[in-house]
Amino acid sequence: MTDTSSEVTDVERIDAEAVNAAWARKPLYEARKKIFPKRARGQYRQFKWLVMLVTLGIYYLTPWIRWDRGPFAPDQAVLVDMANRRFYFFFIEIWPQEFYYVAGLLVMAGLGLFLVTSVVGRAWCGYTCPQTVWVDLFLVVERAIEGERNQRMKLDAAAWSAGKLVKRVSKHAIWLLIAVATGGAWIFYFADAPTLLVDTFTGQAAPIAYITVAVLTATTYVFGGLMREQVCTYMCPWPRIQAAMLDENSLAVTYNDWRGEPRSRHTKKAKAEGKIVGDCVDCNACVAVCPMGIDIRDGQQLECITCALCIDACDEVMDKVGRPRGLISYATLNEYADNMALATAGGTSPINPELVRKPDGSFSDKIRHFDWRIFIRPRTLLYLSVWALVGIGLLVALGSRDRLEVNVLHDRNPQFVRLSDGSIRNGYTVKLLNMIPEPRVIFLSIEGLPGATMSIVGIDQPEGRSFAIPVEPDRLRTIKVHIHQPIEEIKAGKTVFRLVAADKGSNESDVYKATFDAPEVK
Amino acid sequence: MTKKHIDEISGVETTGHEWDGIRELNNPMPRWWVITFYLCIIWAVGYMILYPAWPLINSATSGVLGYSSRAENAAEMAIAASEKSEYVDRIAQMPVEEISQHPDLLQFAMAGGSAAFKVNCVQCHGSGAQGAPGYPNLNDDDWLWGGDVNAIHQTIAHGVRYDGDDDSRFSEMPAFKDLLEPAEVRQVASYVYSLTGEPADVALVAPGKQVFADNCAACHGEDAKGDVDFGAPNLADAIWFYGASENEIAAQIAKPKHGVMPAWTGRLGDPVIKQLAVFIHSLGGGQ
Repeated sequence: MTDTSSEVTDVERIDAEAVNAAWARKPLYEARKKIFPKRARGQYRQFKWLVMLVTLGIYYLTPWIRWDRGPFAPDQAVLVDMANRRFYFFFIEIWPQEFYYVAGLLVMAGLGLFLVTSVVGRAWCGYTCPQTVWVDLFLVVERAIEGERNQRMKLDAAAWSAGKLVKRVSKHAIWLLIAVATGGAWIFYFADAPTLLVDTFTGQAAPIAYITVAVLTATTYVFGGLMREQVCTYMCPWPRIQAAMLDENSLAVTYNDWRGEPRSRHTKKAKAEGKIVGDCVDCNACVAVCPMGIDIRDGQQLECITCALCIDACDEVMDKVGRPRGLISYATLNEYADNMALATAGGTSPINPELVRKPDGSFSDKIRHFDWRIFIRPRTLLYLSVWALVGIGLLVALGSRDRLEVNVLHDRNPQFVRLSDGSIRNGYTVKLLNMIPEPRVIFLSIEGLPGATMSIVGIDQPEGRSFAIPVEPDRLRTIKVHIHQPIEEIKAGKTVFRLVAADKGSNESDVYKATFDAPEVK
Repeated sequence: MTKKHIDEISGVETTGHEWDGIRELNNPMPRWWVITFYLCIIWAVGYMILYPAWPLINSATSGVLGYSSRAENAAEMAIAASEKSEYVDRIAQMPVEEISQHPDLLQFAMAGGSAAFKVNCVQCHGSGAQGAPGYPNLNDDDWLWGGDVNAIHQTIAHGVRYDGDDDSRFSEMPAFKDLLEPAEVRQVASYVYSLTGEPADVALVAPGKQVFADNCAACHGEDAKGDVDFGAPNLADAIWFYGASENEIAAQIAKPKHGVMPAWTGRLGDPVIKQLAVFIHSLGGGQ
């Protein structure tokens, strides 16, 4: 054991750091750090206010739109009538067996999201998702009562006092009011809105209405007020799914580090010293406004809902420091990669913003800018055409659907009855569907089955081959039909014939192929 | 009390249990879990006080609310009975043939009759009321004792050949093996069969017709179309009660079988019997 230090210097020290080193390891559970988003100003914020107004307006006002459907149907434009199993949407009325229209709409909504995502990235998350809209609304309240970001942070850190209590209580009270209004609006889609409004306040509404309001109040308050960005980051599967639909031509909120780096708080001084500096002044404006609590300068990340508020914040700063806007901008990965290659001389040097600038400081012509033609590419065209196909299919189906139907259920026990004159009688349960909100008379008649006549329980008419059956508006009428065939016409076994339901006024008709059973041996 | 053991690596206290050198960290439960746990305990205590909980030797603690699932069931049944009573009372005071003139009562009687049929009648008449040899098919238009709703009501209420009811339908066909020669039985069977089919030996039909006129026409009628007053079946139609072959007809002449149907008044009560009559009448053969 002589001099150990010389041995040590012989071995090269590897530059490595244990990811899970004891000193760096974080606990599995980490308490949430509150986010206090600063208010942004700019075109995207303006657009988001507009979207909020429109989406909330649609949600709150739709149940109050009236639509005259005559005396036999409700006059609410959009109504899910659970008790009568009808769905009304303006001029469309859907019966339960036509629910595939709704399924089709959901398919269209899914494909529409694919399309939107492949073109403009997570626009759904950033602008129209209810979570985003309501969090935005709750933040307006929070800001109005507790003040801007710095005041809110101070208030949060301050010890409890009467002033803090008043602010907190009033904030949560208004949040709860909004939550109740949100849950309350939902139930109006399921019953006549004006009646239900009165019933709800007089305690006359169904328990399910109050339960629904309570549940939706709780979710709105908890998700919008308390959990906020955690819903998007931890609960929502959509960010994971959308990540798979983005490609190198999808727009995403991007920090253009090819012109921003190296960032510097002291640009002038650094320039004077001859250092290379980018446009980013490291002011953290983009971080302060982010409702998700991320730093967009870290690159694309799962938490980013692309609300574009950081673009507004950064543009404001760029205006102030006299640099062109767009340090943070909507950009595709392709654009970004090209510009990055330009700024790094094809990847051979660190980022050097001088490479993308002309000597006078303006940007080089080689910079690739957004081009709307990237919207048109096989992927988007495919989404668009499938989406349109489903839509056209639905429209065609809607235009040609039956408003008069007949369904027949043959009695199985007994399958047939022999009468004393030797003739054979079969029983059928026939359902006549009058799917328009007008009363009408439906003619039910036998086609085929020679010699056969029918009688209908409850309809006082002599046996014959055609019956006139009144059916109430928008209702199904179930009747018991006995068809009997004289002995000389009977064929052994099964005979197929047709039961035709027709409305002679509108020339609508529907046919059911039914079977007449007779003994195998005569 | 064992000494506290702190895990070296995590700095967390362990539970003190050791399995093959592995110690379990005593990390605290998540707060929401603990709160839920305590809430469950509070809930359970409240439940034990309010509801039946602790089993005793012969019973159980009854709870402050006095709840029992049997009482709840009885209350629900009472509500159902009181809801039905409006219809039941009207049906009870109404002649059975008038029920079908009131749509609400008709609907009630059909549902109630159908349910009562499934419980009380299907054992003999079959689940579709299609009958079986010896048990009439109630769907057809051939009625032994009459097929209007009053006659059906009478038959259900008092039964057929039922000892326990003085108003029971009664008839008995004599055993003709004691009254006729075997050849005569064969002849009259051929004749009866010939009314709706082709008998095996046409030569027997003519003498059979004479035997019929002498012995059978009194009840079954000159034209063999039967008589509902005696419950004498129509022999000139396509429907047979105890079998449709000549042999089966001969057997029934020689030694007749007689079915019995119980009277239902005492078991079901008149309103239910009226509902049953309306239901049976609607099956398609009612007159």
